[in-house]
Amino acid sequence: MEKTVDTTGVRIGMWLFLYSEVLLFGGLFVLYAAYFHRYPEFFVEGGKELDRVIGALNTVVLLVSSFTVAASITALQRNKKTQSISFLLFSIFCGFIFLVNKYFEWGAKFSHDIYPNSDTLTFGEPGLNIFFGLYYVITGLHGLHVIIGMTLLAVALWYVIRGKVNAERFGLLENAGLYWHLVDLIWIFVFPLFYLVL
Amino acid sequence: MSATQSFYETPAPAHLKGIWAWLLTHDHKRLGLMYFWAIVVWLMLAMIFGMLLRTELMSAGRTIMGPEMYNSLFTLHGVIMIFLFVIPAIPAIFGNFFLPIQIGADDVFFPRLNLLSWYLFMIGGLFAIVALFTGEGFPDTGWTFYVPFSVSASSNVSLTVTAAFILGMSSMLTGLNFITTVHRMRDKTMGWLQIPLFTWSLYATAWVQLLATPIISITLFLVVIERVFSIGLFDPLKGGDPVLYQHLFWMYSHPAVYIMVLPGMGIISEVIAVFSRKAIFGYKGLVASSLAIAVTGSLVWAHHMYTSGMSDVAVFVFSLLTYLVAIPTAIKVFSWLATMYKGSIEMSPPLLYALLFIYLFSVGGLTGLVLGAVGPDIHTHDTHFVVGHFHFTMFGGTGFAFFAGLHYWWPKMFGIMYNMKRAYIAAILTTVGFIFHYIPMLILGLQGMPRRYYDYLPQFETGNFLAGFGGFLMIVGLALMFYNLFMSFKEKVAATDDPWGGTTLEWTIPTPPPLHNFVREPEVKSFPYDFTEVIAQSQKEKK
Repeated sequence: MEKTVDTTGVRIGMWLFLYSEVLLFGGLFVLYAAYFHRYPEFFVEGGKELDRVIGALNTVVLLVSSFTVAASITALQRNKKTQSISFLLFSIFCGFIFLVNKYFEWGAKFSHDIYPNSDTLTFGEPGLNIFFGLYYVITGLHGLHVIIGMTLLAVALWYVIRGKVNAERFGLLENAGLYWHLVDLIWIFVFPLFYLVL
Repeated sequence: MSATQSFYETPAPAHLKGIWAWLLTHDHKRLGLMYFWAIVVWLMLAMIFGMLLRTELMSAGRTIMGPEMYNSLFTLHGVIMIFLFVIPAIPAIFGNFFLPIQIGADDVFFPRLNLLSWYLFMIGGLFAIVALFTGEGFPDTGWTFYVPFSVSASSNVSLTVTAAFILGMSSMLTGLNFITTVHRMRDKTMGWLQIPLFTWSLYATAWVQLLATPIISITLFLVVIERVFSIGLFDPLKGGDPVLYQHLFWMYSHPAVYIMVLPGMGIISEVIAVFSRKAIFGYKGLVASSLAIAVTGSLVWAHHMYTSGMSDVAVFVFSLLTYLVAIPTAIKVFSWLATMYKGSIEMSPPLLYALLFIYLFSVGGLTGLVLGAVGPDIHTHDTHFVVGHFHFTMFGGTGFAFFAGLHYWWPKMFGIMYNMKRAYIAAILTTVGFIFHYIPMLILGLQGMPRRYYDYLPQFETGNFLAGFGGFLMIVGLALMFYNLFMSFKEKVAATDDPWGGTTLEWTIPTPPPLHNFVREPEVKSFPYDFTEVIAQSQKEKK
């Protein structure tokens, strides 16, 4: 049965899904809260080890990419396909930059012998081990979401180029954009929890 | 293609043929039936495991298996029953089949997502099987996967946990689908307080599925992470806290208890009203209590952990909250009883199962209060009393509601009627067996027999023997029930469109339903349980 697409319904479905993603990270934030309560001084100490410049840079990169995704949707709605495509490409590029930064950041930690099961963490203070354990799990899972988000944006890009997603039917691009905003939003919480902890 | 062709004859999408018409279908009814067959197979498997366990326990010492096999079997029994039967059974089978029909829709909102959920369900099941044979021995952690054992065990716990993760995803996506469907696909003339109670209960359940499942997903994910990278988030040596695992686990798994039982309560509300030929008592109360159970049920998780080490304040608060859940549950039970009061009750197999549900579930609920209070819980924690209690709620509750639904909707789903007499005998046999099976467990628990133990002291022998005996009786009853249902395929007694005198929309359409469910525009009653027409009809027939 062919019917007009109920965009509101599709959007509700997407929001519900995003809700579940937030709760997925919520479980990790519960762990963070419990352990922060137990080891406040080591969380502070660990936080100082992290590179705030790269962290801040990544925050800016993600915020800008969120803006360009939103801009690409608006561009498409106004029938400016080329503009929309270039905005999307730029957003995916931002995601890529984010991952490259993350790679160097993790790499630097590894070379300082800070990674799960490293001697420094295993035989050092338990509080520090927990801090960096959480750091790797949360930023790792977030990184995974960045990759998923980039894939979704790439799929949307493909459909925009082929004209299947256009000014009339932009639900897919909009939902991919929503997902990208979620990735951004989670980072907005992750960043201060690890990098700016007092 | 005539409009009255049933969905069995009309594949959707239309170009599909043969087996593909099932495997790639978007039709919620076909998906419901596919869930049905998968879940029945799992149920039978887990029943056999349960029976083997109780046979082992019938006499002290080794009876038919060794202790390691015993540990693996109770793990398997638990994992299969929880994740592959009790959680999905009612929403995935009856929810898929009847939720869209009850609200006058032609399908769920995301039909393709629905198909994906089914595949996730099957893949999850497959993983659970593969996990058995790929590690050193079968996983034997129990269905709770408590750390540290789940992290250090040499069996393939990672894959079992992944299976549970995928199954959780499947159940979450089904919930998401149902919420959107109820909001967006409902017949334009159906207001919120005209929705049938089964759909209401599924709606409340769907929210719990959506909000609680991600927590178990992340917890199980962490178990895998710990096994692979041993970060130590739950390892006291490395600064972690194993009790936090228990918190995270029960934050999902207690609300999951209500995922299991709420849809069952929805079925009971339908069945009791229909066979009492009387408007359901306290419709709004029943709706509100479903939502209240969903909300308060999410706040009581730590009552599983009184003995795990928590502050006294926390114990007090969780005990109080646990008692609060009893209120909406009691509202439901009293509403059902008040519905039957002065109704013109017509006995039928679904109603018999519903009545048995009320009785068995009440026992389960009341023994739950014993466990919810701190004092008695310290005494009975991790004993057979707990085993008896949750089997009364899960099996006596959800299981019997599932059987009630099966007997209630069977004619609509398959277009055939089963043998009534055999259905009654099976129900009674099952219940007698049930009582012989689980009452001894309650008593054994009070006497101090721990759960999950392979062997026991001589004084527990009589109770365990009785429980085993009851178990066999119960299996015979259940076998007879399924035999009766499956024989209906052979006997082929055609069912009418409305064999029970139901008033909700699924009884206004042909049996079995056509592809798009409704041949003509659905007529939504201003109150879903208005039986005046049904009663007038039956009086006319008598004259």
